Amino acid sequence: MSTYSVSDTTAAAAPRAALTFSHLSGSYGVGLAASLAWLAFGLSCLYWPDLGDWSRTGSLGIGAIVIAAFILFGTLSVDYLGSAGQALRKRAPWLLAFGAFVTLWEVATAKFAWLPLPFFPPPQSILEVYTDDLPKLLDSVFASIKLQLGGYIIGATVGFVTGVSIGWSQKIGYWVHPVLRFIGPLPATAWLPIAFFTFPSSWSASTFLIALATGFPVTVLTWSGVASVSSAYYDVARTLGAKPSFLVLKVAIPAALPHVFVGLFMGLGSSFAVLVVAEMIGVKAGLGWYLQWAQGWAAYANMYAALIVMSLLCSGAITLLFRTRDRLLVWQKGVVKW
Amino acid sequence: MVVQSTAEAITYPAVGAELDIEGVSHAFDIDGATLPVLDNVNLAIAPGEFVALLGPSGCGKSTLLRLVAGLEKPRSGSLREDEVRISGPHPSRVVVFQDPTLFPWRSVWDNVALGLEAQGILKTQRHRVDAVIELVGLSSFRNAYPHQLSGGMAQRVALARALVNDPKILVLDEPLGKLDSLTRIAMQAELVALWQRKGFTTLLVTHDVEEALVLANRVIVLSDRPARIKADIAIARPYPRHRGDPYLADLRKQILGLLGLEATW
Repeated sequence: MSTYSVSDTTAAAAPRAALTFSHLSGSYGVGLAASLAWLAFGLSCLYWPDLGDWSRTGSLGIGAIVIAAFILFGTLSVDYLGSAGQALRKRAPWLLAFGAFVTLWEVATAKFAWLPLPFFPPPQSILEVYTDDLPKLLDSVFASIKLQLGGYIIGATVGFVTGVSIGWSQKIGYWVHPVLRFIGPLPATAWLPIAFFTFPSSWSASTFLIALATGFPVTVLTWSGVASVSSAYYDVARTLGAKPSFLVLKVAIPAALPHVFVGLFMGLGSSFAVLVVAEMIGVKAGLGWYLQWAQGWAAYANMYAALIVMSLLCSGAITLLFRTRDRLLVWQKGVVKW
Repeated sequence: MVVQSTAEAITYPAVGAELDIEGVSHAFDIDGATLPVLDNVNLAIAPGEFVALLGPSGCGKSTLLRLVAGLEKPRSGSLREDEVRISGPHPSRVVVFQDPTLFPWRSVWDNVALGLEAQGILKTQRHRVDAVIELVGLSSFRNAYPHQLSGGMAQRVALARALVNDPKILVLDEPLGKLDSLTRIAMQAELVALWQRKGFTTLLVTHDVEEALVLANRVIVLSDRPARIKADIAIARPYPRHRGDPYLADLRKQILGLLGLEATW
């Protein structure tokens, strides 16, 4: 206990002691440079005329300058902003890099067309998608989430229950194991043609495929988790008067949980792939369909815009999964931070 | 709480059960061959006795404990607790293993509560968990997780997890074997104090002769595998015992001789 408090006080004292000139100018310097990069982005939007016909160039430029002003203000008053100031200081290098990147992107596309134009849309055209095509994009997002969530929950639940059953009961394992070995390794997308004409709707077919893609890794890892629980835990619980149901629910499952989360993570990854393919091929809604539709109209800005949203959604889903895991597995040391 | 349990011990001095091991033989099948581990072991243990089992490594001591715990059934012979045949595990005979085997996903409190929870009586008996955690001196660690504990603390939690069930027979499988020597000496004293206060029958497996002599009032020396009883030595010395006691030193030499180590001592 005392060691914790000692290290806490030294940690608190360290920044105060380290407020030397070089440190100060270093941390301010990056913040100022980041502010300048965003200012450059804003000015590059406003200064040169666009090569194409985009309606949001002006607002994007002004927005960039506002961001630059915020960074400048935040950098100069970092000591009065508390944790927000610290967060800004930590992210200043990234703000600088990103500001430089969008400036380059703007100049290379909208202003001088160093990159061939319809295929590499400028930032303002992506902003335009988010403002002008928002309803359709939101519809697609909700459709994707609904489909993904339904399939994932079904797949994860079935996979978990199957994994626990075959890990626990040899009799169930005898029957399920060969089926699992035969069907599991098959990529879920291989079922697409069959699924789309055997299921009553493309929605139910896709749900089945997403559940399949999720279920296999969840099953295998839950199973291996349950199977690898040390028999010493069962011995202890049995001498303390535990019945079989207690051994499954309070010993096997909690002990297997770290494995289960690896399975859930892998299942999430492969189900994303199935979701997008299913939406591109059969389902008439969702981000995959939006991508396909945008490609049909050669609306490249819409594709990039949808890709960015998709990436945020997938990353957000993984973050959510890892948060849940961290909460449930606080007893573990050294879990990977996402 | 401590005062209360002392009062209990005074009112009911013999909470310990009688343990009868009669003609027990046991063997394992390994790769088609039969490996005998216990050979006609006969042992009658009186209620409240502290018996130490000494024997060479791998002689079958731990197997005998598993039979007493009811985790395995003997190939022949019978084991009886208070004249009732042992047919499976029961919380009146709790084992403390060499590894504390705490459940890492449970806090100290939840680990200790395990037995009461498994028996479905935790709701009305929560005070027993608190009392026994206090008894082993870990009240300030009740919410800690096992990975935050030292080896000695973890073994104390394992002891508390056993004691909360008020066992009639406490089965100890080298519980102090992996501790450093200072912690070990301290916990030996604690173990004797707990046994004197609670009055349970204790069966301790150890390969530390000194530990057996300091703790037990009866030492059973087992032979090499398959284990047979080689000697049954009563140790009529009051507690607390001193390691330097010449009587114990003499016994130690004698026992080491039985274990085939007289040349070195």
